[in-house]
Amino acid sequence: MRSVLLLVLLTLAGCNQQPAPLYLPEGDHYPDKLSDWGMLQRAGGYLAPIAEALPYDLNTPLFTDYAHKLRTLWMPPGTAATYGEAHFDYPVGTVLSKTFYYPRDAQGQLLLNEADVRDPQRGLALARVQLMETRILLKQQDGWVALPYVWDAKQQEAYLQWAGDSREVSLLDAKGQTQAVDYQVPDANQCAGCHEETAGQGNNPLGPKARHLNKAFAYAGGSHNQLQHWQQQGRLQGLPDQLQGVPQNALWPTPRNGESLEQQARSYLDANCSHCHNPQGPGRTSGLHLDPHTPLGIAYGLCKQPVAAGKGSGNRLVDIHPGQPDKSVLQYRLESVDPSVMMPELGRSLMHAEGVEVIGRWIASLEGGC
Amino acid sequence: MRLAPISLLALSVLLAGCGEDAPPATYLDFQRDLQTQLIKAKPGTVIEIPAGTYQLDRSLSLKVSGVTLRGAGMDQTILSFKGQKSGAEGLLVDASDFTIEDIAFEDTKGDSLKVVGGKNIIIRRVRTEWTNGPATENGAYGIYPVQTENVLVEGVVAIGASDAGIYVGQSRNVVVRNSRAERNVAGIEIENTVDADVYDNVATGNTGGILVFNMPNLPQVGRVTRVFRNRIEGNNHRNFGHKGTPVASVPAGSGVVINSNDDVEVFDNDIGDHKTANIIISSYFSTGYTDLSTAENFDPYPEGIHIHGNRFGPGGDSPDHLELKALKISQFGLNGRLPDVLWDGYVNQDILIDGRLPADRAICINNGEAGIINVDAPNRYKNISTDIAPYRCSLPPLPAVRLALAEQAEEV
Repeated sequence: MRSVLLLVLLTLAGCNQQPAPLYLPEGDHYPDKLSDWGMLQRAGGYLAPIAEALPYDLNTPLFTDYAHKLRTLWMPPGTAATYGEAHFDYPVGTVLSKTFYYPRDAQGQLLLNEADVRDPQRGLALARVQLMETRILLKQQDGWVALPYVWDAKQQEAYLQWAGDSREVSLLDAKGQTQAVDYQVPDANQCAGCHEETAGQGNNPLGPKARHLNKAFAYAGGSHNQLQHWQQQGRLQGLPDQLQGVPQNALWPTPRNGESLEQQARSYLDANCSHCHNPQGPGRTSGLHLDPHTPLGIAYGLCKQPVAAGKGSGNRLVDIHPGQPDKSVLQYRLESVDPSVMMPELGRSLMHAEGVEVIGRWIASLEGGC
Repeated sequence: MRLAPISLLALSVLLAGCGEDAPPATYLDFQRDLQTQLIKAKPGTVIEIPAGTYQLDRSLSLKVSGVTLRGAGMDQTILSFKGQKSGAEGLLVDASDFTIEDIAFEDTKGDSLKVVGGKNIIIRRVRTEWTNGPATENGAYGIYPVQTENVLVEGVVAIGASDAGIYVGQSRNVVVRNSRAERNVAGIEIENTVDADVYDNVATGNTGGILVFNMPNLPQVGRVTRVFRNRIEGNNHRNFGHKGTPVASVPAGSGVVINSNDDVEVFDNDIGDHKTANIIISSYFSTGYTDLSTAENFDPYPEGIHIHGNRFGPGGDSPDHLELKALKISQFGLNGRLPDVLWDGYVNQDILIDGRLPADRAICINNGEAGIINVDAPNRYKNISTDIAPYRCSLPPLPAVRLALAEQAEEV
């Protein structure tokens, strides 16, 4: 069966220059070049997912220095993911790719904004984006592998960098101010630092879960709920008949009608914190759990003393002080850009002003004292 | 497996010899090589780093079990993180059967060496230091195993941490010995840990010398710690920790501090020259938090505490914290001193029998002339007592930690 599949893939590869999607169920012969994965294609000055891959995005995403993200999912032909409320079961050979980029203007200046610059038909206009890195997450027989690829200056190719990379860029915001970004591409271990949601259980995809994916997406053929689209394409089985029963995080940056401030805040903390801060995650040693299943109590930070925050405490006594963001360690660490203070620990060198604003407003809205 | 930096260094020396500018301060190739080796290591891999000072600007990490990382000596192989741009620690290890020895971490932004969640961990002759000396902006922890099991920390040196120099958190079966902790807020801190032996160490120049703490809201409750044969002297440094951290409440001039932990035996130590007290026994309630901050099942009372056979030097002559200063003067006069042991007086009323703790939950002081002061903090210092009689008792010795790693090391 597998050899037939490989044969098919090889045959397809022979027909055009675009490498066929790479099926790598085992072994560690990971390509040095991103193009060898065959997940993205370049045509007419655009970078776009191949037709066999599903592009997707998330309700409230992880903040990474205002980088935009082009996400794709590819599964071996004839296979499908299986729905689960907490996470999906993806078939061996699945490749997730996430390309980080910044929009740029005609003069080449990189821009700070949260606008969607992707053309649903053609993809990203290479002249108007700066590609930073593409992360590959590969499902093999013994688990998920995370691989960081860094784009070259000409945006021709990205190369595997096990030890990550760093690059300084400058972003121009809507007010005409520039912000310097010390952009850090994680090394393979740092990938696992976030993706190993359960200690000792290996990597897992973080984004493509029901609560993050349950939203409309602009496909080439029009807008459609991502989960239903996957199902109709035969790439997702077990989706409940009624979407009402499927969890859904609040939409960022503009929430849907009826999504409360608490839902927004919890969705933000879910996307940005809960991969570590859950009872089995790397942040478990703090006793602070910001996952969707932890009720709003001490374990979620309410009146909770930090355990080993060091200077991360910011001289504040509790993680969340109801009504008082200025007395809350959580707020302090979201506002900081000091590597030894800030949260998350990795993935940003700027403060996410919009995220800080929502969390601050939510803490201010909480009643009670400590 | 050896690294390439020798050739790299040789190259930069050659370049410098040709009249070129000095090489850049960050040896990016070294950093990349070392991190790549850590990523690609297999069980049994030994990574050796030759003598030299290496600049790094992002944290290192290891996730493969069975790896040894070895330098040429804690004063020979130095990883300097001055100007670190990313990462919350110097080296983060999430693996078992890990040995690190003969190497130094200097000036990390956050923690120096953090080991989380592994078993069979040896940290030997490692130095962690903030070279500017004690400062609030220094990283929090030097040597920092947390949620680990079977841990040997020996011969390490930890200087200048803004929290604890050697900090063992939420771990099991731990030996910390022959080490030196100097000019940190806490010298050595054992927190929420079960079965720890802390012996033959030197703690000096810290705010507090050796701490045995329990914190609320954590999966593991600590108990059974032995602190013996240590030299704990002159820990009078101003507290430069951050409010909100467990060490922030430690008064400057504290030798040994036991907070909310149970079954702690402190014996055969030399403890002296502490302006507040040679030993403090206290409850979580003395750290400024209310029960809104603690899960219902948390036990904030220190119980089963046995202090015997220590040699106490001077102490208690100039306590930190205003209440203690006032109390010292009112009780003992301007030139007087507090007794060697200071207890805040919080006690679990629910377990008292005829007004006293059951024998095995008692606080016992069997230490010659050493006295105690119960400052009655629950009643805002109303009924201060220096009567030693209720504490004249003994508890059975706690069992020694059985740690194969430590026994093997002794035979070598």
